Amino acid sequence: MTAFVEFDAVSHAYDGSGNAIEGIDLKIREGEFVAFVGPSGCGKSTFMKLCTGLQFPTQGAVRVAGEGVAGPLKISGMAFQNANLLPWRTTLDNVLLPLEIVQPYRQQFRKRREEFVGWARDLLETVGLADYADKYPWQLSGGMQQRASICRALIHRPQLLMLDEPFGALDAFTREELWCVLRDLWQAQRFTVILVTHDLREAAFLADTVYVMSRRPGRVVERREIDLPRPRPLEATYEKPFIELVQDLRSQIGDIRSS
Amino acid sequence: MRAFSPSLERLAPWAAVVVLILLWEGLVRLFQVPSFIFPSALDAGRALIDYAGPIGKHSWQTFWTTLIGFGLGVVVGLALGITIGASRFLYNACYPLLVGFNAIPKVAFVPILVVWFGIGSVPAILTAFLICFFPIVVNVATGLATLEPEMEDVLRVLGARRIDVLLKVGLPRSLPYFFASLKVAITLAFVGTVVSETVASNQGIGYLMMSAGSQMRMGLVFAGLIVISAMAMVMYELFSWLEKRMTGWAHRGQR
Repeated sequence: MTAFVEFDAVSHAYDGSGNAIEGIDLKIREGEFVAFVGPSGCGKSTFMKLCTGLQFPTQGAVRVAGEGVAGPLKISGMAFQNANLLPWRTTLDNVLLPLEIVQPYRQQFRKRREEFVGWARDLLETVGLADYADKYPWQLSGGMQQRASICRALIHRPQLLMLDEPFGALDAFTREELWCVLRDLWQAQRFTVILVTHDLREAAFLADTVYVMSRRPGRVVERREIDLPRPRPLEATYEKPFIELVQDLRSQIGDIRSS
Repeated sequence: MRAFSPSLERLAPWAAVVVLILLWEGLVRLFQVPSFIFPSALDAGRALIDYAGPIGKHSWQTFWTTLIGFGLGVVVGLALGITIGASRFLYNACYPLLVGFNAIPKVAFVPILVVWFGIGSVPAILTAFLICFFPIVVNVATGLATLEPEMEDVLRVLGARRIDVLLKVGLPRSLPYFFASLKVAITLAFVGTVVSETVASNQGIGYLMMSAGSQMRMGLVFAGLIVISAMAMVMYELFSWLEKRMTGWAHRGQR
């Protein structure tokens, strides 16, 4: 298989305090949806930074789209647990922000603004925020802010979407709603997704492949392909195969925590 | 707590002023304090009218020296605040120095300034500047330095340069801090000017109060006090209004 993201014996240490992640070997296909789960402090954020070129490995090599990562990776979009929308911009302008920065859109921004606004409105519509484009973030609920944040991560049509516990701060119902939003976006556009999460159900429901990480220094202790048929309806998460899968993953995490 | 009607709430500050004046007048009369020690409100008011010409002239002097000093403070404060706020290294390097500098009573600078620039408007302008730039620096620097790291990551991954992050996020984000500091700075600037004028000038409200005091014309001294605080209050309100206009998004809870 040709790998889109490839980690080759990657370790990373911030300073003398030892490795944050250690000996990571993995290959992610283009268009694959992968999830990373693990106990807190297992270096998941470090992993994200290595993928996007915000940090470089102290050992080993990271390749994305066939090339060694040498700097910030503009083909990626990021969203975090906090939506981090700018309160002085409307939702629409928040979503447009990446286009004001990333090349080549940056130079065309004034000329093609109308067109870009069209992209942003389309994207907002697909996540159900069409009527909120001109509202300010503080007029939106937490779930809506997170939807807008995902739109912002996708507006420049990245090939790689990095999500760092994006639904961690939401209530259970909103979270499941957003799973479906993300599922539909991914199924329509087929970008590669790397989702970091604490939530095993979330990982199992969304991902093609789940990686289980160990405690610091983070290593991959298990790679599990999720072969549940797609498209996956939310109801599937209450059915037996899914529940067994999650329980299995759960017991693995339990082993890591007690070891 | 009982809610008061909006119109009553608007009138409340004026009512407080009236109560203060009545209290002042009443106490002075009650204890029969001689006017050359503590003039009554009426005496101060009379001085305000009798000496309207000289008071006007001197307060204009105080006003424009303050504004120039304040303007310098804003320019230098912004520049310094952006510089040290944008760099963690400079922030750590300069902050203790700034705190130390701020702790020096600014009146101690006046004799030095007089030696350098002579008596007059220049020491007043510089004292106003020295006293008012600090809160601006601290606020702007804090606004910039407390930028969420995730927000920075979101932009950096897109290839944003530092200047992009500063212009798109850092500066707009620190605007509320900046405007809040302007309110503090303008009142401090008045303090600086008047302090300098009382020591080293022959014009301005500070000088007027000093010379009136030496002649025991306390009514005039108090009239000077009233004029200064009135000017400071007007400017404070102006910047407070400007703050709400420019950074309404940061004050949404108060609407």
